[in-house]
Amino acid sequence: MAIDKIVAQMPKSLSKIEFSYCPGCHHGIVHRIVAEVIDELGIASKTIMVAPVGCSVFAYNFFDLDGTVAAHGRAPAVATGMKRALPDRVIFTYQGDGDLASIGTAEIVHAANRGENITTIFINNAVYGMTGGQMAPTTLLGQKTTTSPYGRDAKANGYPIRMSEMLATLDGSAYIERTMVTTPQNVIKTKAAVKKAFQVQLKGLGFSMIEVLSTCPTNWGMTPIESMKWLEDNMTKTFPLGVFVDRTKGLI
Amino acid sequence: MKMLMKGTEAIAEAAIRAGCRLYFGYPITPQSELTEYMAKRMPEVKGTFLQSESEVATVNMLYGAACTGRKVMTSTSSPGFSLMQEGISYMAGAELPAIFINVMRGGPGLGDIQPSQSDYFQSTKGGGHGDYRMIVLAPHTLQEATNMMKEAFDLAFKYRMLVTILVDGMIGQMMEPVELPEWTKPEEFEEPNWALTGANGRKPRKVTSFDLDPYELEKMNLRYQETYKKVSQNEVKYEEFKIEDAEITVVAYGTMARIVKTVIDYARKSGIKVGLFRPITLWPFPYERLSEISKNVKNILTVEMSYGQMVEDVKLAVEEKSDVHFYGRSAGVVPTPAEILDAIKKIVR
Repeated sequence: MAIDKIVAQMPKSLSKIEFSYCPGCHHGIVHRIVAEVIDELGIASKTIMVAPVGCSVFAYNFFDLDGTVAAHGRAPAVATGMKRALPDRVIFTYQGDGDLASIGTAEIVHAANRGENITTIFINNAVYGMTGGQMAPTTLLGQKTTTSPYGRDAKANGYPIRMSEMLATLDGSAYIERTMVTTPQNVIKTKAAVKKAFQVQLKGLGFSMIEVLSTCPTNWGMTPIESMKWLEDNMTKTFPLGVFVDRTKGLI
Repeated sequence: MKMLMKGTEAIAEAAIRAGCRLYFGYPITPQSELTEYMAKRMPEVKGTFLQSESEVATVNMLYGAACTGRKVMTSTSSPGFSLMQEGISYMAGAELPAIFINVMRGGPGLGDIQPSQSDYFQSTKGGGHGDYRMIVLAPHTLQEATNMMKEAFDLAFKYRMLVTILVDGMIGQMMEPVELPEWTKPEEFEEPNWALTGANGRKPRKVTSFDLDPYELEKMNLRYQETYKKVSQNEVKYEEFKIEDAEITVVAYGTMARIVKTVIDYARKSGIKVGLFRPITLWPFPYERLSEISKNVKNILTVEMSYGQMVEDVKLAVEEKSDVHFYGRSAGVVPTPAEILDAIKKIVR
């Protein structure tokens, strides 16, 4: 039987290697979104990815692209080196909240501040996933983790850090948006945001980042469905969705 | 034509002539002139200069740029080199070629900004985690340092290894006449078959220092060890100076070796036959040649601007075939010829 029209297929920019993510984790959805965007923009042949340390350390193998794994938190510096060496290539980092918002704060702040023409996909699930659910800088106040077993206490541990808002204050940041992927509608919005971020880079406008609020059912101790609800009810209060900086008006 | 140049600047210019067009760095004394020279010079040769936010970022920028198969370098001094160790380990594991210039100063900690040789362990034994090595070259004049830059890049790419040019603040800061090396034409540089450039019409490439399967990681490690073995067999370099008739042979590198050459003239005038064995590659260390030499000389004196780091390799080479002595000052204090001559006299008498 001849196929008239393909309505859905695996993105070409994803490899055949199976994801190692837990059930209900949002990395898989976001990987697919990024791969679809790369396919639709037709940039796979000139894209290089920088994977982080954390659950998505394996991302370098899940994408069918040239890629490397950076040291914990250093992906923006690695991406900077690549972009400076090959300015006409598309370079993106994929980082979690422990990676980007804790150990790698200096690297992300200065990459953004230089207006480094790279794109960062930032997965914020409020815990360290790979190491077993420890407190992250993005952990909500009162949230219990393995290293905040009595709940995060502001006096002892400070406050959840809002990276998108912080980086949006820098003149080098061209486009920063926070999204989530809990519903089909939100998935569509996230894809549009990711696409825009890559377009920012293709136009040479500067630093772009999409923060995606994500679940970690395993370490949150919830079912995938409970996790989605918890994210929507709690995380969005501390981390409101929206566009925090957009210097692309009339340019994209 | 010889030019009067400062050490850091001569090294920078030689690196550019060797084809380096990507420099990442962070200011630190006593090597900031190298960073400044690159800031001015790179735009003139259509290269890239970037001042990073820290040495931690620098080494990771180097990692990223090296992934693309280009000739990349940085320069720093001891505390900055310490900060780079994490990235150095990752780069060694990912088999990335790059050049580091470490203009050593007194330590530990913040130390001071005077010349020192106390980063020998860190450079030759692996300052970061894991079983890795980097090639360490130790020039003792500016001419030798500038001549070395092309060789350093050639070694880095031939073996996919990191190369450190280990000098001290004296060589970094001194001025002397230098004949600059010939230009390497950019077209002489071929893109390596492992470089990440975007998988245009070919299978995607991966460059990492990572495999969670211990048996796979062991394979990677055995490959590194195989490379290190080849380098140890093929790339050892040293200089022998008046050792044929020597009753005592001094082992020294870099600035210390240069001072010892002066001491040898003094000593020979006063009737003491002194020779010098100068390792040029600190890793791989010239164990075999030094072992042979030690069969024919009663006393070996190692002189360093440290409290005894290279002397451990000297002892490994000599294996008690002759007596190994040590004289050193560190923390930015440079031993004088008179002090070294006294140390020699004490042993010979």
